[in-house]
Amino acid sequence: MNNQTTVERKSARELVVTRIFNGPARIVFEAWIRPELFKRWWVPGSFGLTLLSCEMDVRVGGGYRLVFAGNPEPIAFFGKYLEVTPHSRLSWSNDESPDGAITTVTFEENGDTTRVVVTDLYPSKEVLDAAIASGSTGAFPEQFLQLDELLATELVR
Amino acid sequence: MPDTGVLKLNHMVQYSVSNRFDSSFAALSDATRRGVLEQLGRADASITDLAAKFRMTLTGMKKHVGVLEQAGLVTTAKVGRVRTCRLGPRQLEEEAAWIERYRQLWAARFDELDKVIEDLKRQEKAAGRRKRK
Repeated sequence: MNNQTTVERKSARELVVTRIFNGPARIVFEAWIRPELFKRWWVPGSFGLTLLSCEMDVRVGGGYRLVFAGNPEPIAFFGKYLEVTPHSRLSWSNDESPDGAITTVTFEENGDTTRVVVTDLYPSKEVLDAAIASGSTGAFPEQFLQLDELLATELVR
Repeated sequence: MPDTGVLKLNHMVQYSVSNRFDSSFAALSDATRRGVLEQLGRADASITDLAAKFRMTLTGMKKHVGVLEQAGLVTTAKVGRVRTCRLGPRQLEEEAAWIERYRQLWAARFDELDKVIEDLKRQEKAAGRRKRK
């Protein structure tokens, strides 16, 4: 039985995901900062996406870039690391969209387990509302169309 | 990395699975009506307030609110001479449903992360044994 994942809209601008892992913070943290480990779990098979490359320069001001197979062109997600505190805290920007959230991940060790909290802070309530609204109606902002098309192809299969 | 990535995935998961152009889609196909929902997300408002805010006649705004009301996105109640609009049950349900789908995406991701952590623990144990020898 896997540990439970919970999601909460903690405030108008914040979406928070929480999960406990059976391992020390040192090990859990490692899986977030080493690209060869990161790419094994960030895009699970059920997403139906092909990750072409994953570059991560994990230090404050360092960049990351994930490239997915797309139709007709590959699609990149990228940003910069804003905070890197070994085994306890990671934060990065999501720069592929002007309205990208700031993602912060905290690792809290408790005995043999580590509690991971992922917080996405959006620039405004309106941006988060729009993301949610478009998710339930299919009215996507232009910049999302490419990936949406890709996913449509992947999921229909 | 991109969390917005998950949002985008999520848009499409829902979209391709249901692919329904229902009344809420029609209601949301209009920029003014989307604006009205955003406005009501901040605070309840009367039709008069909304008409002024969107520089529209009272009749025009009543029509828009009517479409949103039919889609279950807005509810209205008349108190005295003022009709107050607020977000409807549908809008709130959709947020809850969206959050559940978002949770499922993260759960799938984290189930994979469990496997990576188990591997790392095993490797560490094996390395520890080798050291002790």
